[in-house]
Amino acid sequence: MIKLLTLIVIALAAVTIWRLMRVLELVRDLRGEDEEITDKDNRINGRLFLWFLVIGMLGMIYFTIDAKKYLLPVAASKHGALTDSYLYINFALIIVVFFITQILLFYFAWKYQHKKGQKAFFYPVDHKLEFIWTVIPAVVLMGLIVYGLKLWINITAPAPKDAMVIEVYGKQFDWTARYAGGDNVLGHSNFKLITDDNQLGVDSTDENGKDDKITRELHLPVGSKVIFKFHSRDVIHSAYFPHLRAQMNCVPGMTTEFFVEPTITTDSMRLITGNPKFDYVLLCNKICGVAHYMMKMKMVIEPAEDFKKWYKEQQYVFARPEPAPAPSANTADTVKIAAGTVQNGKIVASK
Amino acid sequence: MSTHSHDHAVDSHAGHDHHDHEHHDSFWTKYVFSQDHKMISKQFLVTAIVMALLAMFMSLIFRLQLGWPNQKFAILETVLGHWGKDGRLDPSFYLALVTIHGTIMVFFVLTGGLSGTFSNLLIPLQVGARDMASGFLNMLSYWFFFISCAIMTASLFIQAGPASAGWTIYPPLSALPQAIPGSGLGMTLWLISMVMFIASALLGGINYVVTILNLRTKGMSMTRLPLTIWAFLITAILGILSFPVLFAAALLLLFDRSFGTSFYLSDIFINGAPLAHSGGSPILFQHLFWFLGHPEVYIVLLPALGLASEVISTQSRKPIFGYKAMIGSMLVIAFLSFIVWGHHMFITGMNPFLGSVFVFTTLLVAIPSAVKVFNYLATLWRANIVLSPAMMFAIGLVSFFISGGLTGIILGDSALDINIHDTYFVVAHFHIVMGSSAIFGMFAGIYHWFPRMFGRMMNKRAGYIHFWLTIVGVYGTFFPMHFVGLSGAPRRYYAYTAYEGFDAALNINALISVFAILGGLAQLIFVVNFFYSMSRGKKAVQNPWGSNTLEWTAPVEHLHGNWPGEIPTVHRWAYDYGKPGADDDFIPQIVPYSETTKSNLPGEV
Repeated sequence: MIKLLTLIVIALAAVTIWRLMRVLELVRDLRGEDEEITDKDNRINGRLFLWFLVIGMLGMIYFTIDAKKYLLPVAASKHGALTDSYLYINFALIIVVFFITQILLFYFAWKYQHKKGQKAFFYPVDHKLEFIWTVIPAVVLMGLIVYGLKLWINITAPAPKDAMVIEVYGKQFDWTARYAGGDNVLGHSNFKLITDDNQLGVDSTDENGKDDKITRELHLPVGSKVIFKFHSRDVIHSAYFPHLRAQMNCVPGMTTEFFVEPTITTDSMRLITGNPKFDYVLLCNKICGVAHYMMKMKMVIEPAEDFKKWYKEQQYVFARPEPAPAPSANTADTVKIAAGTVQNGKIVASK
Repeated sequence: MSTHSHDHAVDSHAGHDHHDHEHHDSFWTKYVFSQDHKMISKQFLVTAIVMALLAMFMSLIFRLQLGWPNQKFAILETVLGHWGKDGRLDPSFYLALVTIHGTIMVFFVLTGGLSGTFSNLLIPLQVGARDMASGFLNMLSYWFFFISCAIMTASLFIQAGPASAGWTIYPPLSALPQAIPGSGLGMTLWLISMVMFIASALLGGINYVVTILNLRTKGMSMTRLPLTIWAFLITAILGILSFPVLFAAALLLLFDRSFGTSFYLSDIFINGAPLAHSGGSPILFQHLFWFLGHPEVYIVLLPALGLASEVISTQSRKPIFGYKAMIGSMLVIAFLSFIVWGHHMFITGMNPFLGSVFVFTTLLVAIPSAVKVFNYLATLWRANIVLSPAMMFAIGLVSFFISGGLTGIILGDSALDINIHDTYFVVAHFHIVMGSSAIFGMFAGIYHWFPRMFGRMMNKRAGYIHFWLTIVGVYGTFFPMHFVGLSGAPRRYYAYTAYEGFDAALNINALISVFAILGGLAQLIFVVNFFYSMSRGKKAVQNPWGSNTLEWTAPVEHLHGNWPGEIPTVHRWAYDYGKPGADDDFIPQIVPYSETTKSNLPGEV
């Protein structure tokens, strides 16, 4: 029934517009006009161009000021502060060019509207002008290129050796983090080793992996140096940290990396944004499947002491064999430990 | 406006006098399997309009979802069936919609539709040829296009849904049916459709190049060609060089999907099991895809700029400023378009130094683009502007080209791209600079050359209403979208409810959707005006806009072979508008200098 009604509505709409066309046509014929463009058309549309220019510009300015509250808060990373100020330089530049060119465009459309018997100014070429407006953009762009590339080279430079290594591992549709532990070296991993208990496929025979810790939240000590190593096990994901101004794709079969220095704690950012519930987030920013829009992980930037405390509580990739239970252990304990040894099966076997 | 007789024409194509023996075409050879470029052009246009309406309708559906994610729309279930159960759009169908919307708009509307329509219509008519070099290949080109459109449309109706990995179909998502339902049969159909499309684009492109280079009439030197033709020529060359690479990319993907090869796949664990693929690289696909994908942007844009150049000069009653600089800048843009593809891949883990090279080449594109904008402004300066609907759309194109081009400077800078890559900032950027610019160029072309196509005029009032609603709709939709991107909202998200930082996305999205719906409805005015005027518009005179180019010297009635008698000879460039000393404010290309002694410049004899 609804389908029928929808069809009827669509049909009626089409007929209505068709009839309106007929009305427009009758109006045209009644006035004895044809489809030639008249001075009146030029006048009306020329004025509308001016109105569009003025109202459009004012609307854009109003909207920009109003939308400020929606923009990302101040960058929470060292390089982010630099790219942000560079972004503002870019915006300042393009806004100036935008206003000048759009104003000229719409103003000319109004100002030089057609008048019968008048001729346009025959002005097919002017090499001097052309030279000027080729060279000026070229110079400005060279400036931007140099400035931008300097930033880029600094951001992508090899990370210092003491940077804390964290693996960010993407899969449909969640993130896992693996901290490299005391040796600051991640244990090898291989997708063929993935099991229900070893979701990242960490190689249990690699000594470097013994002290790795796996977490479902990402915690970073403020003021530290962090090198993220990105992996994916299924499709391409993109690890996007909007507040750190950092992003890198996670590509199956290869490791990518991004170096950051977080500068603002979650608590400070809550003050800055005036939002006591504010949290940093890691998002997926490359279409990865149906639940792409829900793939995220909470990120916390905190003072070093808090970080240490949190880190201590986290689980190792392979739970370490605990001291042998005392003979007097009750049944419940035994069960727990038994479960533990099953989990540790691989470690025990490998030894 | 005065019409020049054909006395100026000097015989140059003896033996091609089609006029004397009228063809008696049957319905099938005239309207269906036509080899006449004018009919093929109309076939392309009507097909493109139908596809554009479909893709636009899809965008309105996902705008409903994005604007009001918590609202139920009973109409969705009516239209989409189980994809819109209980009035809620299915998340996987949302991805299918954005994928197919992008595919149709980029390939079928702005590539096939734009080049197919106007290259076909204008190349023979503006260079002074009887028809395309090969009418048969031209016909094949359309029918491959048609089959391609049909397959893509058919994929909407299969059980698992159409391809839904985004229009860029990055593997492994597009390669593994386990990863997303649309990567099953839907993706296979997408790839088959695209292979057909590429065949169509190549058949068309080769024909365009050959026709332009070989079939120009007497006197039509390369530097007398209208800018439309230069744009079509460069576009066709871009297509010929880049589409085969997409073909290869699609073929390898097909192999990976169907025959177990590992071009793009390696180290994958999905659905609880590791896959046997090893040694491939998903990044390889991106290199191949964007090697086409970036020139594709200019395949879409250059014809629009060509059409706009012609319309702006004609309706300004003033020569285009810097004709040679316009050609030069198009050539430079075309060349650069082949060495900038990496800017789509700054954050794929590509070597940062390679990224730097792509930043350099990318930002260079801004120089010829700026030259084009300044040339348009200089053309309008002290002009005598006739604001026909086509002219309005051409001015709108320039406005979008500026607005969207400027944000490209930000996106092309790798350091800034890190944070806005794949956010709505990108979506806003390319919808303005590529989507809206190109579609405005197409509208300008349709309004301007409608009398040439159908021998009738479109209703100008409906044209003005269409223009104003559309430009307001476009800016209202895509200007606020930049801010959604700057708030950190990724694209291709079904909803922005999962993270509270997305207030911007939620609030601004409703506003965007209102403007999008407004702009969408405005297109109905165009469609009705188009089809209504086709049969009932005012009869057109031979040269309604007072143009210089050759197509307006052919009679209003369409002839197989375009001109009765000999093909006219060309004596001057296409832009002698408003020449001092001339009687009228235009001097068609067929008028020899000997007849315009009063207005000749030094050296013009």
